Amino acid sequence: MSFGPFLLLALLEGTVMAAVLALTAVGLSLVFGVMRVVNVAHGEFFMLGAVGAWFITYYLPLPPGLAWLVALIIAPLVVGAIAALADVTILKRLKYDPEATIVATIGLLYILQQAALTFYGPDARPVEPPFSLRLQFPWFGYSGYKLFVVAAAGAILLAVWLFMTRTKAGLVMRATQVDMETARAFGINVDRVYAGTFALGAALAAAAAVLIVPIQQAHYLMGHDPLLLSFIVVIIGGLGSIRGTLIAALLIGLSDGVISMFFSPTLAKIIATLLVAMVLVFRPQGLFGARA
Amino acid sequence: MKGETGKIWTLHLAVIAALFAAQFLLPQYHATNLARIMVLAVYAMGYNIAFGYTGLLSLGHALFFAAGMYAMGLPIWQLEWLPVPALILGLVAGGVMAGAVGLLALRTAGVSFMIVTLMFAQAGYLTLLYLNTWTGGDEGFVVERAYRMIGGVDLAADTPRYLAALGLFSAGMLGCLWLVRSPFGRVMVAMRENEERSRMLGFNPFRVKLIALVISGLYAGVAGAAYGLLFGYVGATFATIQYSILPMLYVLMGGAGTVLGPFLGALAMFYLIDIASGFTDAWLFVVGAALVALILFAPKGILGTLRERGLKWLP
Repeated sequence: MSFGPFLLLALLEGTVMAAVLALTAVGLSLVFGVMRVVNVAHGEFFMLGAVGAWFITYYLPLPPGLAWLVALIIAPLVVGAIAALADVTILKRLKYDPEATIVATIGLLYILQQAALTFYGPDARPVEPPFSLRLQFPWFGYSGYKLFVVAAAGAILLAVWLFMTRTKAGLVMRATQVDMETARAFGINVDRVYAGTFALGAALAAAAAVLIVPIQQAHYLMGHDPLLLSFIVVIIGGLGSIRGTLIAALLIGLSDGVISMFFSPTLAKIIATLLVAMVLVFRPQGLFGARA
Repeated sequence: MKGETGKIWTLHLAVIAALFAAQFLLPQYHATNLARIMVLAVYAMGYNIAFGYTGLLSLGHALFFAAGMYAMGLPIWQLEWLPVPALILGLVAGGVMAGAVGLLALRTAGVSFMIVTLMFAQAGYLTLLYLNTWTGGDEGFVVERAYRMIGGVDLAADTPRYLAALGLFSAGMLGCLWLVRSPFGRVMVAMRENEERSRMLGFNPFRVKLIALVISGLYAGVAGAAYGLLFGYVGATFATIQYSILPMLYVLMGGAGTVLGPFLGALAMFYLIDIASGFTDAWLFVVGAALVALILFAPKGILGTLRERGLKWLP
């Protein structure tokens, strides 16, 4: 295969990655933006989504496509409920102190990982794609499902954007983000907003995982990479800025696809982590954030 | 004050004496555990100097631990160095790495500092994997018994290993005790309590924090080097995020900002996991639940709570 088609393949893979990453990272960004909480357990919510999808598609006596569709709806709801529970029982009692919540979410990370290991096991298990369609390019064939992932992720992101800008609940969330005290003074139940935001963030990660699991298999340690990459994306995009997060997801996803294809995935990750550290040190508002 | 100094020295020397006696009283299994705990406690004491006393919550100390370990192990493995210079190189490597990270990371604070240190540590871990032809990558390498002899004493044997661990631990603990009671130690605490006010008093926060981080890195480096040398294995697992979390866990459990807290925390956590793994293999759960419970119900840890309830003189 010559260079051109090879690059096209790398870009396609990068786009799929960027789409899933955008979904995961927007969840993390939302939680940080509204609650000022750095959720280290975010990757585990992603993992729970994938594992949940496996359980649902395996045990539900439905045709694979339909079972997967059920998983896409049920898994994020369940994961969101778990997240809301963690918020009410742990984070709220820490009064959302930034450093204490990081320690607590690290603890949560281990607890969720162990839960998955105990109830799901150490094996990586595949989930069947809801449909198999192969698009034939002149140089190579490409999975139609992967392109569907991009479209679905885009649709969910659009829905989140509409929710944030066009609904009352979204307005309440944005008001809490701007000024929690004043929001409370205006009769907004901030506790409920926080629990809802934490649940929404986790649900987005879970939805991303359900989309990717037919390509990637479910495994109890799979949350690590999405967590790291989401961090990278959220920081480069500017903490708490949704638009910056989307741009950064595209940038990181595509460049990761290209660097991994032509060099080594490890090298790509080294460069990305160092880049993040440097951005935080020299440009804390993110590459696309406004100067504070 | 005079009486307190006496009490403090009596307590810490008594701990060392008790640990010396323990090797004769304990069965070999527990003595080996204790040697391991003492080396890990040195690592945690280093973490405590940064986190407990200076208020620098780092998530990247595994980088300094691994720097010490590999700076000790690689010259022995590749260049057939002797253990003593290798150990010294490990100590220095921890400090140099902490200084380099600190120069950049200390420009940030709070959550950003945590993430920057985390990212540097992650980059270090990935670099170890990437350079697997030199570092042994994921599998790591064994430090051969023949290279673990200092002056005819075999550090792989039980008694010399225990004594070496105890010597390192004692030096580390007395050094920490001296440091936190020195004028510089007070300035470190002042940085933790109120950085702006200390700046107004004429101290340079960046300089104080950098020195504290380098001292912390020296502790982590020598602990990593000693761990590799005494237990004979060097591997990339020691550079993972988990090894950044462990000292934090020990310190939180024992009591942040106390000299004996890291050891007590390491001891409690080690045996908590050891006992738990007797009837369940869910040790990750134990670690996670301990972290959550500590931060929720006892953020001051064992000794921190004791200090609040009357033992005010505890350093």
